[in-house]
Amino acid sequence: MVSMTLVELLYWRGCPSYPAALAELRAAMAEVGVDPGSLEQIEVHDEREAAQQRFPGSPTIRVDGRDVVDAGDAEPALNCRIYRRRDDRISPLPDPDDLRDALRRAVASRAGDRAV
Amino acid sequence: MSLGIGERAPRLELLDTSGRSHVAPSGDPATVVVFTCNHCPYALAWHGRLAAVARDYAPRGVRMLAVNSNDAERYPADSPAAMVERVAREPGSWPMPYLHDASQEVARAFGARTTPDVFVLDADGRLAYRGAPDDDFDDPARDAAWLRAALDSVLAGEPVARPRTESVGCSIKWRP
Repeated sequence: MVSMTLVELLYWRGCPSYPAALAELRAAMAEVGVDPGSLEQIEVHDEREAAQQRFPGSPTIRVDGRDVVDAGDAEPALNCRIYRRRDDRISPLPDPDDLRDALRRAVASRAGDRAV
Repeated sequence: MSLGIGERAPRLELLDTSGRSHVAPSGDPATVVVFTCNHCPYALAWHGRLAAVARDYAPRGVRMLAVNSNDAERYPADSPAAMVERVAREPGSWPMPYLHDASQEVARAFGARTTPDVFVLDADGRLAYRGAPDDDFDDPARDAAWLRAALDSVLAGEPVARPRTESVGCSIKWRP
């Protein structure tokens, strides 16, 4: 089990995707072997907090500070975030493979740091 | 307050993206009023399925109207200009007119809550179905099955077996 990787799930209650995002994220973390205790859930309540958090929509998932899917130049907003799955479908949730890949990159990066 | 099953729908008259006026109910065998928008992933995920229903049922006299009621000031992606741009950008994806509910009065009168939120009216303009197009926004194979079943019943003059399902999507963005 790899610890210390910081996984953040930022969400806004105005969007109903949060429970499904949490479930998918927990499943991906278990699969990759990331300590479930490293998950931090952050509720974004208003536009001020959205700006502070650079929150492009709900859900936003960051691993060691990096968004699992590049949000590009999206403005902070209290929205449901639009994701594109790997098969090109539009979805309110990131592709599970994007979650797993982001987690694996973070785990590999930490393993590399320790080896130096 | 939401429109209840069996209740007569309020009259709506709205302009589409080309400035043409649309009125409902207007005696069609069935009318689908779907509240939708540009910026919501649920609405976008279901859009293709709704457009397919509009195409498939038009020969049977079904009219679909897509209505955007979101506050365009706080959500510029839902402005009238953005609606026009989207329809132009997606030729073939809009077999139904895309109407702007600037005052939000239509959404309030129907009691719409989400995008999408689907209302099926019978030939008398009474609500026969309200809810989601189907049970999974993430699975195109579901093919708007709930909506199709409701339309089949209405066109056959039969009661809809499941007239109410949970509407799933982004909240309608009300003006402050």
